[in-house]
Amino acid sequence: MKRVYVNEELCMGCGLCEVYCAVQHSKSRDLLKAFKRETPKPVSRIKLLQEKPVSFPVQCKSCRDPLCVSACLSGAMHVDEKTGSVIHDEERCIGCLTCVMVCPIGAVRINPNNSETVIKCDLCQGSEIPACVKFCPNEALTLEER
Amino acid sequence: MVKYVIIGCSAGAVGAVEAIRELDPVGDIAVISEEPIPAYSRPMIGKYLSGEVNLENMIFPSKNFWEKQKVQLFLGKKAVKLDLTRKEIELEDAEKIGFDKLLIATGSKPIIPNIEGVTKKGVYTFTRIADAEHIRETVYAIKAQKAVVVGVGLIGITVTEALAKLGLKVTLIGRRDRVLNQVLDQKAAGILEEAMRKEGVCIVKGRTVQRILGRKDNDDMVGGVLLDDGSAIECDLVVFAVGVVPRTELVINTELKINNGVLTDRFTRTNIPDVYACGDVAETYDFVVGKQRVLALWPLARISGRVAGYNMAGLKLEYPGVASMTALNHFGVPIISVGLTTQSGDSEGYETLVFHDQKRRIYRKIMLKSGKIMGMTLVGDVERAGVIFHLMKNKVNVEDFKHKLIADNFSLASLPETLRKQLIWEVCNEFHYSPK
Ligand SMILES: Cc1cc2nc3c(=O)[nH]c(=O)nc-3n(C[C@H](O)[C@H](O)[C@H](O)COP(=O)(O)OP(=O)(O)OC[C@H]3O[C@@H](n4cnc5c(N)ncnc54)[C@H](O)[C@@H]3O)c2cc1C
Ligand code: SF4
Ligand code: SF4
Repeated sequence: MKRVYVNEELCMGCGLCEVYCAVQHSKSRDLLKAFKRETPKPVSRIKLLQEKPVSFPVQCKSCRDPLCVSACLSGAMHVDEKTGSVIHDEERCIGCLTCVMVCPIGAVRINPNNSETVIKCDLCQGSEIPACVKFCPNEALTLEER
Repeated sequence: MVKYVIIGCSAGAVGAVEAIRELDPVGDIAVISEEPIPAYSRPMIGKYLSGEVNLENMIFPSKNFWEKQKVQLFLGKKAVKLDLTRKEIELEDAEKIGFDKLLIATGSKPIIPNIEGVTKKGVYTFTRIADAEHIRETVYAIKAQKAVVVGVGLIGITVTEALAKLGLKVTLIGRRDRVLNQVLDQKAAGILEEAMRKEGVCIVKGRTVQRILGRKDNDDMVGGVLLDDGSAIECDLVVFAVGVVPRTELVINTELKINNGVLTDRFTRTNIPDVYACGDVAETYDFVVGKQRVLALWPLARISGRVAGYNMAGLKLEYPGVASMTALNHFGVPIISVGLTTQSGDSEGYETLVFHDQKRRIYRKIMLKSGKIMGMTLVGDVERAGVIFHLMKNKVNVEDFKHKLIADNFSLASLPETLRKQLIWEVCNEFHYSPK
């Protein structure tokens, strides 16, 4: 399973990963348009965590035995049969927060645009390299199979 | 004879079938349910009642699951007799199904108090999709304006929200001094109650319903309820949500051991060989309080079903046990509560850490014992819950950083380096409820 790996020592906490994650999941996928013109405002699916001097973003790791999938009340959290990654289906989600309760790394967030659903990293489905990895100016993030 | 027979087609059965098929792709599986449709998300019947979701989106886990897993479904059929010596199940229509391994996943049923007037038209419980349908039909048919919900647990709160969304004026009646008294303390419950009142819900605490009153023009139909203090509340319908009990009627006259629920060991086995139980009907080990108990929660049903499935298919897999774990997001208040949560103050070796910001409606409470987390309550700001739950499950000693757990900016980044790295990079490869 390919995952986004973080080199904490290289992360400077600039937050660009969040910015580009939001752009990637916006309608226009254009930095300026996305933040200036779109409503609802584009939101990042990853969270930059900071407790000085430590900083790093947290992305869903598509666990081997995903607790979020076992716990989900609606079936919205599921393992994609083709790719094996853990995918969240917003259409089915009822925002019960059960997945938030069990994800051991805190990768699931309440959707700021609709608190009756949640959001999480989807590894930028369809793109070869996730936006956070591509745009991290310090190359703190890598997509690897380890 | 069918190799694997499962009674009940819900969360527990789904987990079991998934696990059995991982190990045994060909063995016959039969699933029996008295409900007319295959498994659906039971917790979603609230949103179904309010019209926010349709049936298609409730089918669980997916539409073609049973077909793909090659399961023979017996739907709309009640199992009425269990013969343990002949290893046979009898259905309502007299059909008999022999089994090699049996899983009892019959779930729970709602308690209906034995009071005067409960048989009147307009009295409901709320645990099945059919209940939601009936309530909705009544609401439209009689243009119901007022409802009384009795019981302040998860189901009571769920149905209250649904009815309020349908535009009814709801009065919620609870015996206790607060809502969700089994999982929340006074402060946490207070935040939810305030939000409920803002949505027009009237909460009556410390009272019970003594009698269902009829309508002036038709005594067979609900017109109100009479409380134990002699006061009456007018309403067009009453929903009882005063708790659920394991559905043991099928096993009660067999040699199967029942305490509060069907007794199971650490491998989801009952006292009879080849017979397993999971989910709401089973009594299991609680790893927080260290005792056997019944916990009616969806994730636990699916997970215990899965563990049962592996064991039925021949693999000996230990179930780590259950813990009280409630997440809810009703009336716009996110709440997560795990483990020991209703006590307050420091006693018997427990230590409580509390953060409360009334203005922002944020409340956090962590219960510790000898440096280990025994319980957490998070209201308003809950995204840290999973990390804390993980530390709790793994009995990590948090003494050195305990105060950070309730601080505003707590996250993975607040943990000591080794612990943090282990969490991020090792946990995702771990098997929690599957064979290694
Ligand atoms: C309104 C509501 C809200 C809820 N909200 C939450 C929540 O937010 N979070 C959470 O964790 N949990 C919640 N729950 C609880 C959760 O739904 C249950 O814990 C879960 O459904 C248990 O699954 P189970 O497989 O053990 O049994 P059940 O879901 O109870 O299913 C058992 C099935 O077996 C059938 N059956 C029983 N006996 C027989 C028989 N003799 N013959 C044939 N069929 C039989 C029943 O008809 C039923 O279909 C909620 C429940 C309700 C009702
Ligand atoms: S959301 Fe959390 S539990 Fe689920 S797969 Fe991702 S990291 Fe694992
Ligand atoms: S919030 Fe959505 S994805 Fe998470 S457990 Fe509930 S229904 Fe599933």
